[in-house]
Amino acid sequence: MHEWALAEAVIKAANEIAQKENLKQVTEVTVKIGELQQVERPIFRFALVQLKPANFKKAKFHLTTAKSTLKCRVCGTTWLFKKTSVDKETAEAIHFVPEVAHTFVKCPKCGSPDFEIAEGRGVWLESIKGAK
Amino acid sequence: MARKYKRSQIIVIDPRTSVISDRLKGIGRIIAVSSGKGGVGKSMVATTLALSLAKKGCKVGLFDLDFTSPSTHVILGAKYVQPTEEKGLIPPQIHNLEYMSLIYYVGNEATPLRGADTSNALIELLAVTLWGNIDYLVIDMPPGIGDAVLDLIRLVPRIEFLIVTTSSQLAFETVKKQLCLLKELKVPIVGIVENMKMTESKNVQQQTEALDIKFLSEIPYDPSVETTIGHPDKLLETALGKKVFNLAQTV
Repeated sequence: MHEWALAEAVIKAANEIAQKENLKQVTEVTVKIGELQQVERPIFRFALVQLKPANFKKAKFHLTTAKSTLKCRVCGTTWLFKKTSVDKETAEAIHFVPEVAHTFVKCPKCGSPDFEIAEGRGVWLESIKGAK
Repeated sequence: MARKYKRSQIIVIDPRTSVISDRLKGIGRIIAVSSGKGGVGKSMVATTLALSLAKKGCKVGLFDLDFTSPSTHVILGAKYVQPTEEKGLIPPQIHNLEYMSLIYYVGNEATPLRGADTSNALIELLAVTLWGNIDYLVIDMPPGIGDAVLDLIRLVPRIEFLIVTTSSQLAFETVKKQLCLLKELKVPIVGIVENMKMTESKNVQQQTEALDIKFLSEIPYDPSVETTIGHPDKLLETALGKKVFNLAQTV
């Protein structure tokens, strides 16, 4: 249920933007989820719905996926993170704090842990739509 | 009448920072134990301060933000514990402290992190850790005035810094730069602790007071501290433990 905490952050951030943009009703929220964090979508969606404030009554949530792209700073190799490439315990650790990937994941070409998480780290608020 | 719709395209908005103030609202005071220089005993002072406040009867959290070189878990002898997952992460209780560290997720493996990764991990843990209602959160900082210091100043407006130095001019010259930065940014400074003191010199105290900063305590070098690592009860009986316990009565 760590997803609940992330959903709270999304709702709070979206509500702050709705207020800034004077949106009386929010109708649509798009959230991009990076594959590295392995967010459990059903739990995350359930939490988003449960946490809806009054001005989000009609809001629909669109969850999109971003592949987790890692880029080695040493040799320049780019590769995609696959949950299946690590054991269950490691996958869970990366789920809680994606940066611990630097402890367990290495560049497939040169073996370096010095890589950039170029895309697909965690949860991003992409857009909201609403009525003024 | 047609309703007027507006679509806000938001590019790369990180929602996590929005929730951090909510996560910390139940905490009385947040004290970052920090130093411009490494090797001055920050972790030992931070852990002992947290244990002393808890012994005094306060509810206390200890957060190890030294992600690449964590050591408070070694001082506490923390083993076989994990946070509970329940609408966020609830830190386990260790020696009456709510204790949070990246160590739960990396074990004894090295964690090579660049600045941006350190910031991301810090924001993640601040956003998902449920501290609840506690009197103090003591944060063991990494050395220097890099990402962790700047992020805490940015994300935790009511952060206070307790600065640790040794008597060495090498340490204190760097610490003075940190003090000047914090003063310039109007960040509250609880005061300075001079740790591992081996002479009678009042140089650090005089220079601290000249900067109009509180000189909190001088802690003599106590070789017996090393033998208490992993045994917090014994740590509080050392000269360091007694000095920091007295300090905990005044912060």
